Amino acid sequence: MRSDKSRARAENRTRTLLVGAALLVAGGAVAGFGWTTPTLVLAGKAVLVLAGLGLIFHGIARLVVGFRGKPVDLLFVLAVVWLIGICVAAVLAPLLPLGEHNDVAKTLVEPTNMAPSLLTDHPLGTNNQGLDLLSRSLHGARTSLAISLLAVTIGTVVGGAIGVMAGYFRKGVDSVVGIFTNALLAVPPLILLITLSTFLDPSLRNMALALSLLTIPSMVRLARANTIAFAQREFVMAARLMGATRFRVMTRELVPNVLLPVCSMAVVMISALIVAEASLSFLGLGIQQPDPTWGNMIAEGEGGAMEDYPHIVLVPGAFLFLTVFSFNLLGEKAQKRWDTRSAKL
Amino acid sequence: MRRIALRAGELLAVLFVVSFGVFAMVTLMPGDPAVAILGEGHPKQDYVDLRQELGLDDPLLTRYWHWLSSAVTGDLGRSLVPPQGDVTDRILGALPVSFQLATMGLLIALVLAVPLAMWSAAHAGGLVDRIISASMFAILSIPSFLAGLLLIMVFANGLGWFPRAQWVRISEDLPANLHHALLPALVIAMMELALFTRILRNDLIVTLNEDYILAARAKGMPPWRIMVTDALRPSSFSLVTLMGISLGRLIGSTVIVEYLFALPGMGSMIVTAANQGDFPLVQGAVLIIALVYVVVNASIDVSYGYLDPRTRRVHA
Repeated sequence: MRSDKSRARAENRTRTLLVGAALLVAGGAVAGFGWTTPTLVLAGKAVLVLAGLGLIFHGIARLVVGFRGKPVDLLFVLAVVWLIGICVAAVLAPLLPLGEHNDVAKTLVEPTNMAPSLLTDHPLGTNNQGLDLLSRSLHGARTSLAISLLAVTIGTVVGGAIGVMAGYFRKGVDSVVGIFTNALLAVPPLILLITLSTFLDPSLRNMALALSLLTIPSMVRLARANTIAFAQREFVMAARLMGATRFRVMTRELVPNVLLPVCSMAVVMISALIVAEASLSFLGLGIQQPDPTWGNMIAEGEGGAMEDYPHIVLVPGAFLFLTVFSFNLLGEKAQKRWDTRSAKL
Repeated sequence: MRRIALRAGELLAVLFVVSFGVFAMVTLMPGDPAVAILGEGHPKQDYVDLRQELGLDDPLLTRYWHWLSSAVTGDLGRSLVPPQGDVTDRILGALPVSFQLATMGLLIALVLAVPLAMWSAAHAGGLVDRIISASMFAILSIPSFLAGLLLIMVFANGLGWFPRAQWVRISEDLPANLHHALLPALVIAMMELALFTRILRNDLIVTLNEDYILAARAKGMPPWRIMVTDALRPSSFSLVTLMGISLGRLIGSTVIVEYLFALPGMGSMIVTAANQGDFPLVQGAVLIIALVYVVVNASIDVSYGYLDPRTRRVHA
């Protein structure tokens, strides 16, 4: 009886592994065909490559189930791996043996507009000045991630603190803070950034400050709402009756409870900030060339270059998409776990 | 009644702060506007005269008061950079373009999102639902300028279905206008479509588990009728909230799309004005956008009462 069962399970496992491997191979074939075939237009190729990648993904998922015996959230694992990879690469970018990322004088002999080919000096190709796209993408990641992480930290700390105070003191403080947050929210984010960029120098520090203004109002609202909910609970009342000062009640009783939803909101916001920074750079109002960011790299493809050399847009576009996608996935997971109320919107 | 009055007072306060913020921010711009208007190399007296004429040497509050009191009468000053028209005229010329793009984008998103969400919710957990959900999540991660470039690459350059970088006014030629506006509107619609579909699907799934849906099913009503007549309206509550929240993003993607397709709307106007340091134009345009934004959000707040009778009773 038992051996029957285990044999059935083993058969099942073999079948899962076989199906997984078959899917993997088929996906690889479809994607490879889509990538290399000369007979299709770009749209057809893209569809084939995507379908192939989907098959590969399912194949790997099956293989993992076959080996480990239980399913994993493969997409989540991949997202985390990508984020760790891109962060490490961004930190180490100046030390890695990469091509030239911003000094045109050093690339006079390099090929220009070279298409990606993995086994050369320029695995992801070069731009119209012979600068290496892999190197530029990683240095761009450095700028993008530094700006967004800095901005989100400032926004979380400042917005969170203001929100907790508004929620705890209520009355006058609350209404003044309310009017200012509403005023900040009344200007659409991108318009606010464009207005700020008219008089701010586009340096890394200024960009981070400008972007943090976008996060502050929503942080204030979230922290305030959570504080109001917690301030009525018994443990806060108990602390107050024991004679705790207002400062102590806020820092010891309220902040630790408000922290989790605020932090999961922060993760969600990182991706929005990366997009905002990229949009601003794309419009030519952010970090300026020749220093690379994903946004100004994508802007290089405008005005004809994109038609002949789609990789100029696709390479930084892929970096941007994968990073934003991974942060979105991470943020959704964080909100589902720690902040069920705002996870819905 | 009192609630509406309070709400209106709050709106006014917010607009006041916004207008002052915009005014103060833009006057902090580096560089002398007089130099920007005349160009370099004029005699010094010319600059002094022009500054005097524009009132640039008055204190900030005086200038704000002048600006605001003429803004209320519809005069937002004159643009500094050629073509030096009235700011109000420039805005009135650009507003319809942006409005048309944003409305088309929103409509396309809604028209596609409602059936997609209904299909997804009716077959929750199935293959189609999983594919729809996954692709909507992926679309959410594509910034609009990237989506725009990709769509241009595929549809305008690759397949040649759409023109790019031209605009035909509605008044001139309606079919040509729609043809030119469709691709930009699609770009605007993508992000909204993904958000709308996700939220409506989740709400529909919750609604479909309610008892009255079971009752309707037991009566033998066909599933599509239950979906359309019974489930859709109670589920559209978050969708309407979301539409208010997405308005800011909608305006943002309209800016990007106008820049990308070189369309003569508010967005490309603001970006150009910001690049050229044309501060009256930036001030006026941001003020108008904030006004639209605040008023639309307030009216969405009011519309809850009509959509969901439960909120009406609570506040009455």
